Amino acid sequence: MTSIVDDIAQGELALKRRLTAHWETPHNWLGWLSTVDHKALGRRYIYTAFVFFLLGGVEAAIMRVQLARPDNHLLTPETYNQLMTMHGVTMMFLFVQPVLSGFSFYLTPLMIGARELAFPRLNAFSYYVFLLAGVFMYASFFVGQAPDAGWFNYTPLASVKYDAGFNIDFYCLGLIYLGIATTVGAANSIVTILKLRAPGMSIDRMPLFMWSSLTISAAVIFSMPPLTAALGFLELERRWHFVFFDPTRGGNPMLWQHLFWVFGHPWVYIVFLPATGMLSMIIPTFCRRPMVGHAFMALATVATGLIGFGVWVHHMFATGLPQLSLSFFGAASMTVSIPSAVTIFGWVATMWYGRVVFATPMLFALAFIVQFVIGGISGVMTAAVPFDWQVTDTYFIVAHIHYVLAGGTLFGVMAGIYYWAPKMFGFLLDERLGKASFWLMFIGFNVAFFPMHITGLMGMPRRVYTYSQASGFASMNMLSTIGVYILAVGLLLTLVNLVRSRAAGVAAGDNPWGAGTLEWLTTSPPEHFNFAHIPIVKSREPLWDGGFTPGPAFDDARLTPRTSALDAMLERPVEMPIDSVWSVAMPVTLLLAFGALLVHSYAWSAIGIAASLFCMARWMWPSSATVLETEV
Amino acid sequence: MFSTASDAAERIAKLGWFMIVLAAIIFAGVMIAMLIAATRNRARDPRDVDLTETGTGWIIWGGAVMPGVVLLAVFVVSLGAMGKFPEPNPIVTIHVTGHQWWWQLDYEFPQHADEFRTANELHIPVGRPVRVLLTSADVIHSFWVPRLQGKLDVIPGDTNDLRLVARRAGTYAGACAEYCGAQHAHMGLVVVAEDSASFDHWVARQMAPGAAPRDSLAAQGERLFVGGACASCHTVRGTSAVAQVGPDLTHVGGRLTLAAGTLPNSLASVEGWIANPQALKPGALMPTLGVFDGAQLHALAAYVSSLK
Repeated sequence: MTSIVDDIAQGELALKRRLTAHWETPHNWLGWLSTVDHKALGRRYIYTAFVFFLLGGVEAAIMRVQLARPDNHLLTPETYNQLMTMHGVTMMFLFVQPVLSGFSFYLTPLMIGARELAFPRLNAFSYYVFLLAGVFMYASFFVGQAPDAGWFNYTPLASVKYDAGFNIDFYCLGLIYLGIATTVGAANSIVTILKLRAPGMSIDRMPLFMWSSLTISAAVIFSMPPLTAALGFLELERRWHFVFFDPTRGGNPMLWQHLFWVFGHPWVYIVFLPATGMLSMIIPTFCRRPMVGHAFMALATVATGLIGFGVWVHHMFATGLPQLSLSFFGAASMTVSIPSAVTIFGWVATMWYGRVVFATPMLFALAFIVQFVIGGISGVMTAAVPFDWQVTDTYFIVAHIHYVLAGGTLFGVMAGIYYWAPKMFGFLLDERLGKASFWLMFIGFNVAFFPMHITGLMGMPRRVYTYSQASGFASMNMLSTIGVYILAVGLLLTLVNLVRSRAAGVAAGDNPWGAGTLEWLTTSPPEHFNFAHIPIVKSREPLWDGGFTPGPAFDDARLTPRTSALDAMLERPVEMPIDSVWSVAMPVTLLLAFGALLVHSYAWSAIGIAASLFCMARWMWPSSATVLETEV
Repeated sequence: MFSTASDAAERIAKLGWFMIVLAAIIFAGVMIAMLIAATRNRARDPRDVDLTETGTGWIIWGGAVMPGVVLLAVFVVSLGAMGKFPEPNPIVTIHVTGHQWWWQLDYEFPQHADEFRTANELHIPVGRPVRVLLTSADVIHSFWVPRLQGKLDVIPGDTNDLRLVARRAGTYAGACAEYCGAQHAHMGLVVVAEDSASFDHWVARQMAPGAAPRDSLAAQGERLFVGGACASCHTVRGTSAVAQVGPDLTHVGGRLTLAAGTLPNSLASVEGWIANPQALKPGALMPTLGVFDGAQLHALAAYVSSLK
């Protein structure tokens, strides 16, 4: 008897050895650099995004010191405006979106029972483009010419006539370059989610985080082109005297606003919906029951993504557009809160029928709901056109956007860190430090940002580097500054927690929270190949109701199964590419192309583009390894 | 925006209060529901959870019906608060031109073919809708006097039409509300609403050329002004200073503030401003000249302040 058990164990070990041989990244610096492992790259995305988050946070902290007192002279207006702009650019483009992408790239294959993303080399490529785009934009500080026209960069202020330095060129070229990473990353997610789900994970059994990833990836594909066009137009106008926006030569500055917000409003949902998706994973786990209204939640996610494309004019209510069209956009903007309400009540109902466990991830999730309700309500208020005429471009909007993106997305990401860190690292995080961090962040956040509603209603415009004593804004601003520092201490505690818990090394086990979805079926941290046996899925929470069976091993090569888009019927295993230096080299050559454009060195730019094409050709070149066509 | 001085602002303030009260009720309701939901099953064993409930009612009533009703109400009320566009007072049209970082104001009286130019301080007659036409000479600004009216953007190459009507006399602070560069923070304006008699009196004074110096100090100041760097940017009507780069200073001494709300107007602040505008409003387009000595600054300030 024991020998049979031993044989099985031996067989499993041999299988894991074979899979490891196929999937492992070489243990040298080149392997480290050129790895295509979605887990390594997902973690790097998250780490890098957090480095940018710290930079953006430092910028915010400096601005809050400047604004703590009236008529403060700590910063010059030019420095303040660069910090203000880079804070927005960093948080919007270099933190929230990449950190959510990092979670998505890390978790997607694990959640859907796959071994890789659909395009692993593209994933490496997009990570390095993101990293280098961030470095590129931050290099602007070293020449003292960081972008300074606000994160939405209205022209003519951003035109060469009013901003002649490199500031805006860093912004335009950096964001076009970064947009490449965002776009290919979205394409990667879409194909992965639609084609690499484990057999049996039909689309109705797909986890809600996958619904939000799918929705926002589609939104990225459709929203990046207007941004890229706008940035390209602006750069053409700045450099080569094309006319798009310059009113003195027949252009129209409103064109920028339309193009930017046709991108910008979907973007707000792109950086928000994944956090709601995370909550829809976390809340059922800590309520010990499946999500209430799973299908409604999925529909609400998709609906938000769609409606998000029809509301951009609510950023332009005060531009003097006809009132009739404003009221249409006002109505559309209000409509978007219906799917949000569905989501919130879905979560509350899940708690109602479940039994809530107050672990740290759940606390962050609850705070998310509190803050999202406030941010959502202030959003509806600003959708009321006449009210928006008063509050737009004031601190009321600063409060609103932070309630949604910091109170929402950031707290969602914190919940996600506390929830998935044991999976990623294999050790448990300290709950006491986690709860202390939570309370400091929760209190700090609300002390910092709730008063901004009031300063806005009192009449404080946003983006002012100082204000007068007579304005009466001083006490509320002091409160906001104090709150930001409490928030910062709370964040640092989580960093301390990560370091200390790593040292303590309490093993997490495969499924420390007793969750129901497939990522918890793997070891913590997951092995190179994620799953030794591809699970055959029969339910939404397969780990809860035994709704899966271990399926085929696909151990002949580096294989992961491809399935049909809706029903997830097994089509065939597909061979995944191995590491390639070319998908890492191409971001560098592209950076050369964009960097050379910045300094008017067009020959070098052409060389960069030629080198990029060469890298791309080498990257796509079929390898000598066998091209496997295993029909199943 | 809640201590209103016009019907338009009053309507928005009422809409604001309506929504704030509604928001507080909804927020409280959701929070109470969430707290109960989070705690009601505390005593229960985590392994023993009711899985039979589908909970669809929550989603239909809380997620669709409740917000549907509330949003419809808010939308209808907000349409009402938009208000009609009042017919303007045909007597005066004010052309406002945004500049980095001040406001140029051109008053036009079509019936008398009269007009004059001033800056940063708007006078309007109480109770009469005044037509304000907004445009910009450089970048986008936004015209905002919270106690009177919501914002309207000031866009180069485009003219936006605003009605300003004050219900009662008073001085109302305004500001540029669209980020417009280095000194966006110091692009204030003042609206003075006054009865017809005072308004007419003010208009008459504005139409007049700049006051001639009344003492030797001011006369010395005028010579420095007209003959020096000041005249290359500024106008004082009635003198040979006719440049249109900076604000018209013909009656600057009578204004409440200096440099678009940066400083209260006084002899000392005029002198300080001329001596070193870059210290008070860094990045402003008026340079710190450093060519005048103390006595000359004193004379210049005396002259400029006398231009009431």
